[in-house]
Amino acid sequence: MKVVIMGCGRVGAQLAMLLDADGHSVTVLDVNADSFRRLPPDFGGSALLGNGIDEEALRRAGIEEADAFIAVTQGDNRNVMAAQIAKHIFNVPKVICRIYDPLRRDIYETLGIDAISPTTVFARLLKEKLET
Amino acid sequence: MYIIIVGGGRTGYYLTKALLDEGHEVLIVEKNATICNNIVDQMGGVCIRGDGCETTTLEEVGTARADMFIAVTGDDEDNLVACQVAKHRFKVPRTIARIRNPKNETLFKKLGVDVTVSSTNIIIEHIEEEVPTHPLIHLLTYGDRLEIVEVRIPAGATAVGKPIKELSLPTGSVLSLIIRKGQKPQVPTAKTILQADDQVIAAIAPESEEALRSALTGV
Repeated sequence: MKVVIMGCGRVGAQLAMLLDADGHSVTVLDVNADSFRRLPPDFGGSALLGNGIDEEALRRAGIEEADAFIAVTQGDNRNVMAAQIAKHIFNVPKVICRIYDPLRRDIYETLGIDAISPTTVFARLLKEKLET
Repeated sequence: MYIIIVGGGRTGYYLTKALLDEGHEVLIVEKNATICNNIVDQMGGVCIRGDGCETTTLEEVGTARADMFIAVTGDDEDNLVACQVAKHRFKVPRTIARIRNPKNETLFKKLGVDVTVSSTNIIIEHIEEEVPTHPLIHLLTYGDRLEIVEVRIPAGATAVGKPIKELSLPTGSVLSLIIRKGQKPQVPTAKTILQADDQVIAAIAPESEEALRSALTGV
């Protein structure tokens, strides 16, 4: 599977590493070259400097042939915009994005965007841990 | 009309002033407390501090009864999301987004933003008008069927020294005025002979732009 990941933060880098280890073809996109230090030395995918809300940068990252696109930058709006570009302009079959704000996540879920709110997920996890 | 504006920067500020003068009810949503306080000091209670992409904030400011929603922050992604939340969650009939990257125009329209205004394109157009060597300038557009343009005849163009009737102008184009240095503007006839540096004002169909350009400036 060919996967484009936007945002090489802790989550992005970790996911890139896992997918790479499983033999997938991974391209990580970030606006800050410094972020790529999070990738392990033996990372076999590619790291590309660029903004994921720019169609040109996405094209360079190979979005046209991608099977999946993941948006995990720090900005909810950036993630949501990139995910919509991937879905509606490039017709990527699987698009997932992170939206911290739970209410915003709900709106985009109704608009057909597959989104995860770490806020909701983590709060639920903590509650479960407390209750066991 | 009740109009909500997201972003209290320069665009949001002057837009609010203009809309208030026209008698509209206007409210700015601005994230930055300092900017927000400044606006309130100068224009009264027309600004609320908050995130214009957040459902709760938009609920508080009564977005559901807004007639128009205008997002003019400096970030395209914020303007997109604010407009989408206004449109899909609060059913605002008309949403307008400012965009910086002209390439985002099609995307925003596709995603439900009613109107986009590209500040970059507007600035470029105005600067182009001031560049003396730019051969064709858009002066005015009437819908999508007619535009008024200005073409400057460069020295060495084949049109120089020829009467207008001998030029192969695109059909439907009308040369309506010639401005020549040191002379009064004149309405050209078929016999008028063009000179280098003449400014020609023409009414044309948008698709004939290239043909007109090559007829008047081609070498």
